[in-house]
Amino acid sequence: MRNAELNDMSYVTRSPISLDFLVAEVASPACGGTCVFLGTVRTGPDEQGVTAIEYSAYEEMVEAEFVRLLTDARARWPEARIAVRHRLGTIPVGEASIAIAAAAPHRAQAFEACRYVIEEVKRRVPVWKKELRVDGSEVWVDPSGRPTARPSHV
Amino acid sequence: MDTATRATVRVRFFARYAELVGRSEAAVSLPLPATVGDVVRRVREDFPGASALPERPLAAVNLKQVKLDARVQDGDEVALLPPIAGG
Repeated sequence: MRNAELNDMSYVTRSPISLDFLVAEVASPACGGTCVFLGTVRTGPDEQGVTAIEYSAYEEMVEAEFVRLLTDARARWPEARIAVRHRLGTIPVGEASIAIAAAAPHRAQAFEACRYVIEEVKRRVPVWKKELRVDGSEVWVDPSGRPTARPSHV
Repeated sequence: MDTATRATVRVRFFARYAELVGRSEAAVSLPLPATVGDVVRRVREDFPGASALPERPLAAVNLKQVKLDARVQDGDEVALLPPIAGG
C-alpha cells in the first residue's frame, strides 16, 4: 500500500507548493513532532537584483532519486513519515522552491530526518537554477557559489 | 551493420550544458566495450559547442549517477549533468 502510494506520487510540481497538503501527508496520531523546511527564492547582497529563479531538472531522474533518497531516510528513521515537493519552472522571489515535512514520534527524529532530506537533495537531485535579474540578464547558479555570467540574449 | 560490437546510446544534455551544445539530446554510436568517458569524448568531438563541456562532467546512466569508467550498453540513456544546484 505504502509502495503503491510512493510509485503514484510525483515529487515535482510546477505550481505553488501547498504546505497544508504536505503536512497532511505526514500527519499521524503516533507522531508528536513535525518539522517543516521551506527553501525560498531570495534576493540579497550576493544575488543582486534577482527577480525570480528558473528551475529546470532531469525530471525522470529527480523522481528516481527522490525514491532512493526517501528509502535511505526511512532506513535511518524508520518511524519518521516524510513528504517532499520540488517546484520547477519560474519561481518569483519569496516563493518556495522546495518543501519538506518530516513527522516522527519525537522531535529529534523529525528535525534530523528533515535536515537529512534537504542536504541530500542539494547533493544528488538533478535540478538546476538560473537567476533572472532586473537588468534582463540571466545567470546559471553554480552551487560552489560562482555564478557563470552569460549575456541574456544567447 | 555489426550490432554485437557497437552500441547506440541516447545522450541527454541539461541546463547550461544544453545551451552550450545547442541541443537537449543526441544519439551516439560507438564500438563496444565502451564507457561513459568514451561517450563524453565522442560528444565533445562530434558536436559543435560540446568542446566547451568539461572533460569529466557529472554523469548518469539510466537515471543513476555513475563514474566515468562505468560501462555503457546498447540502448542506454547517458545524461551529462552540470553541477547540481537544486533545493
